[in-house]
Amino acid sequence: MTVATEAVTLAAQATPTQTAQATDLVHAAAPAASLVQSVDWLAIAPPVVAAVAALLILVADLFVREGRKHLLGLGAVLGLVVALAALLPLRGAGHRTFCLVGDTTVCSYTADQFALVIQALVLVGALVTALLSLTLAKDDKNLPAGEYWFLLLSSAAGATLLPAARDLATLVVALEVASLPAFALVGLRRGDKRSSEAALKFFLSSVTATAVMLLGVSFVYAATGSLHLTEIATRLDNVPAQLDTLAQAGVALTLVGFAFKTAAAPFHFWVPDTYVGAPLPVAAYLSVTGKAVGFSGLILVTVVAFPSYADVWGPALAVLAALTMTVGNVAALRQNATRAHSAVRLLAWSSVGQAGYLLVPIAAAAYTSDAQIGSTVAYALMYAVVNLGAFAVAALVSRTNPGGRLTDYRGLYARSPLAALALGFFLLCLAGLPPGIIGLVAKVTVFSSAVDAGLAWLAVVMAVNVVIALYYYLRWTALLFRPAPQEAPEQAPATATGETPHPVRAPRRLPAPLGTAIVLTLVAAVALSGYPQLILRFVTGSLFQ
Amino acid sequence: MIDISESVMQFLLALIVVGPLIGAVAALLPAPPGLKGKSPDQAVLRHGVVVTGAVLIAAIVLGLGFDRDHPAKMQASTDISWIQALDVRIHLGIDGISLPLLLLTALLTFLCALYSYFKMPKGPSPKAFVALLLVLETGTLATFVVLDLILFFLAFEMVLIPMYFLIARWGGAQRTQAAWKFILYTLLGSVVMLLGLLLIGLKSGTFDMVALATDNGRGLTTSVQVTAVLAIAVGLAVKTPMWPLHSWLPDAHTAAPTVGSVLLAGVLLKMGTYGFVRIALPIAPEGMHTFAPYLAALAVVGILYGSLACLSLARKGNKGDLKRLIAYSSVGHMGFVLLGIASMTPTGVNGALFANIAHGLITGLLFFLVGALKDRYGTADLDTLAQGTGAALYGRAPRLGALLAFGAVASLGLPGLAGFWGEMLTMFGAFDPAEGLSRPAFLTFMALAGLGTLLTAAYLLIVVRRVCMGERREETRAIADVQGYEYASWTPLVALTVLAGLWPAVLLGLTDPAVQKLLAGGKS
Repeated sequence: MTVATEAVTLAAQATPTQTAQATDLVHAAAPAASLVQSVDWLAIAPPVVAAVAALLILVADLFVREGRKHLLGLGAVLGLVVALAALLPLRGAGHRTFCLVGDTTVCSYTADQFALVIQALVLVGALVTALLSLTLAKDDKNLPAGEYWFLLLSSAAGATLLPAARDLATLVVALEVASLPAFALVGLRRGDKRSSEAALKFFLSSVTATAVMLLGVSFVYAATGSLHLTEIATRLDNVPAQLDTLAQAGVALTLVGFAFKTAAAPFHFWVPDTYVGAPLPVAAYLSVTGKAVGFSGLILVTVVAFPSYADVWGPALAVLAALTMTVGNVAALRQNATRAHSAVRLLAWSSVGQAGYLLVPIAAAAYTSDAQIGSTVAYALMYAVVNLGAFAVAALVSRTNPGGRLTDYRGLYARSPLAALALGFFLLCLAGLPPGIIGLVAKVTVFSSAVDAGLAWLAVVMAVNVVIALYYYLRWTALLFRPAPQEAPEQAPATATGETPHPVRAPRRLPAPLGTAIVLTLVAAVALSGYPQLILRFVTGSLFQ
Repeated sequence: MIDISESVMQFLLALIVVGPLIGAVAALLPAPPGLKGKSPDQAVLRHGVVVTGAVLIAAIVLGLGFDRDHPAKMQASTDISWIQALDVRIHLGIDGISLPLLLLTALLTFLCALYSYFKMPKGPSPKAFVALLLVLETGTLATFVVLDLILFFLAFEMVLIPMYFLIARWGGAQRTQAAWKFILYTLLGSVVMLLGLLLIGLKSGTFDMVALATDNGRGLTTSVQVTAVLAIAVGLAVKTPMWPLHSWLPDAHTAAPTVGSVLLAGVLLKMGTYGFVRIALPIAPEGMHTFAPYLAALAVVGILYGSLACLSLARKGNKGDLKRLIAYSSVGHMGFVLLGIASMTPTGVNGALFANIAHGLITGLLFFLVGALKDRYGTADLDTLAQGTGAALYGRAPRLGALLAFGAVASLGLPGLAGFWGEMLTMFGAFDPAEGLSRPAFLTFMALAGLGTLLTAAYLLIVVRRVCMGERREETRAIADVQGYEYASWTPLVALTVLAGLWPAVLLGLTDPAVQKLLAGGKS
């Protein structure tokens, strides 16, 4: 783990500058007028703030006494808030930096609208995760606090860098900076066998993906002679004939790598076990931020770098989308409600299903224009808010019922009405049924992008999937409002004589950070339902400018 | 009738749609001091009556302020931009087609709230019951007043969750399966419908129903229209329900609590047929033209199937459930509505809209009556009720028996009552269908529908004989006759059934100009 930590530290520090300079050297045929670049620090502030906060916390961990460790968590929350605030001055103006010396329109880091939206999503995801983790860190003494916060923030820094990356090297490095700490986060719980097994599974599948992707990237570089996405796009059009196969293989391998990261269908198997094995906030983080990272990478390579191969990746992504949503939803449908951890398992499978919906507009973009990407972005924003909310309530319930069974949610309304109503609302948003209007409208945009692109078959597959998904979401929602099981009081004394004491109405009081997370996501979801334009404005027009 | 300024009308219409939703939220909160009532349950049920009552009054005032000289014009319309990205607008308005349905919905919901105040169905707390009832009301009312395709879909979907919970929590035997069947069927249908709506919206560039109706399908190619109508018709047909997509209905009705059945039959089914009239007919006429013969054929199969199923349920020894029987009779009645729409003539569509309202009044009444019967006897099983010679309701509870007989004859289409005009006009429409539709085929459909009316009469008379007549057995315990609250909730339905039967012009005068306009593509 220490190796991973060091690697992350180095990468987090050095990413943008080094890679940009490396790629510059390749192209710096132009006279070396000024080799020292002027860096737009404002533009790169969000990832830098997160990275600096990560390092500060790691250092501070050495000096903070055991009793004051919770201050580290507050520091992490503060760091994320500052990183979010750093996004504000970037609105409107298209900041870009690390540009080629010869050609200043080709840059490695671009803070366009797409980048800003995904950065906001990623940072909010990390922030809510941090809020959930504050409670976890207090409850779970097996969790090394300093390392935990450091890893979370480093991963967030990488995830924040990725959507703004505009060359393949930065993209791959950002992806790894986001992923490597995540492996450690999954396996961080000391002495938990399931946790380390999950981490290993996650690690092996992800490393395979990276290896494949790197191979693809090197092929593409060999064929085009550039790492910048826009340059690749123009050069792929006229690849020399003898390099054509190489270029095609490169494109295919790069896409396979990103499909792994997005947990698209044949590459999804690691998701359920990883989510179940990870601490709950980390699962929430993976399902939102991790997914956003994979998707923004996929969008960047497909739409920005490989538009000339749209006739290849378009149909491939459409098939992948159909497969992913079907596999995810059918597996979620088959979850046994009484099995341990069935709640998180269901959320994990449903996140696979939702990934399928997210892929639809990207596939549609191949047939029409990159304006369709807006539907993916809008859907991802909706999904992020709602899914974080669902995980927050799951974290609350798991405090009293560590089993994490779906049946534990029975009668939640009687125990804590607000949490039950919130979870019900989140689930209906995920299902896309009123009163979860934002979920429905987001689905409508995805549907309309499919219809617009003439992918009628995909729209129909998605329609069937929406119905399947409704079944399990609504079954869970209905469970919340069922009366609590009657036999519980009689069973309590019987189990109390066994080795595990029955959880005696454990902490009744709602921990403040957890409550904040639930209220924050609920307010956001309700506000979006009332005024969906807040996120749907990304649907119109291109985001890459 | 009375002159109300346009802005007040707009406000009233917005209040009618949003009011119940606010009421639903308020129902979940604890009652404020001064309104606590005898118990929390009583207070929340009273809250339901007050809110639905206020909505009903607002709807009546709106009806009074409605300009009856221009029923084809959209009145009280509001048009606010909501989601600019999708060009979705909050466009509300009423014309002669939607006003009667709006009033019917407000009335039936109020009567249901009133009935539940005195006779709360068995189940968990009334708090959630009232909240769900009010959300349901918002959804149904919104369906009839929105003029934007996406908003229509939203309203259409909004009723699913409350109805699911009403059946699954307060229902009778087999309620869980019935509730699932209801929601999965309708959802599958409506998701397919969404695809059709999106196709129309994307190809024509607007989701506005008024603009699209005025365009009358000119901006859409025939193939787009055919695909869109096919998709939309599937969704609407599930809701209506049309044979062979009806199989969720009998189960849902049998399991639902009384008020659930009343609203399901009285209001929810109308959303399907309203969609046909409001969307399929004017927006994609060519597509509708292609499918009209098939729609009519399926409608007629539904009429015959429904009445044969009822006949079989009504027979001795078949253990027929009265609620299930009325549910099947709904399949038959809605078949008439679909036949009228499929004729694509003003006569047929007017008949369809009339039959819609009539079915809402009469079947609503019948479900109330059967629910009351079930409460008194503990079962709605016809064989158990009738035992040897009959249940002898005339002797044991004469008023209840008389009302049941009234409902039955109204349902079979006795002239002078509401049921008659709708069936007659739809068959008239089929007698002379729109240009280009095969006349011989429609004549056959009309003849078969006529056979259906005979079968309907047969089973309803059998039901009356077995339930109302028979020898009075001395040993059986006495059952209560119609109570005060039952009078209060049933009398309006009886009165309106008679009124619509004797004075059909009151409804047709509203619908006809609007229908003419819709069919002519806004040129009238």
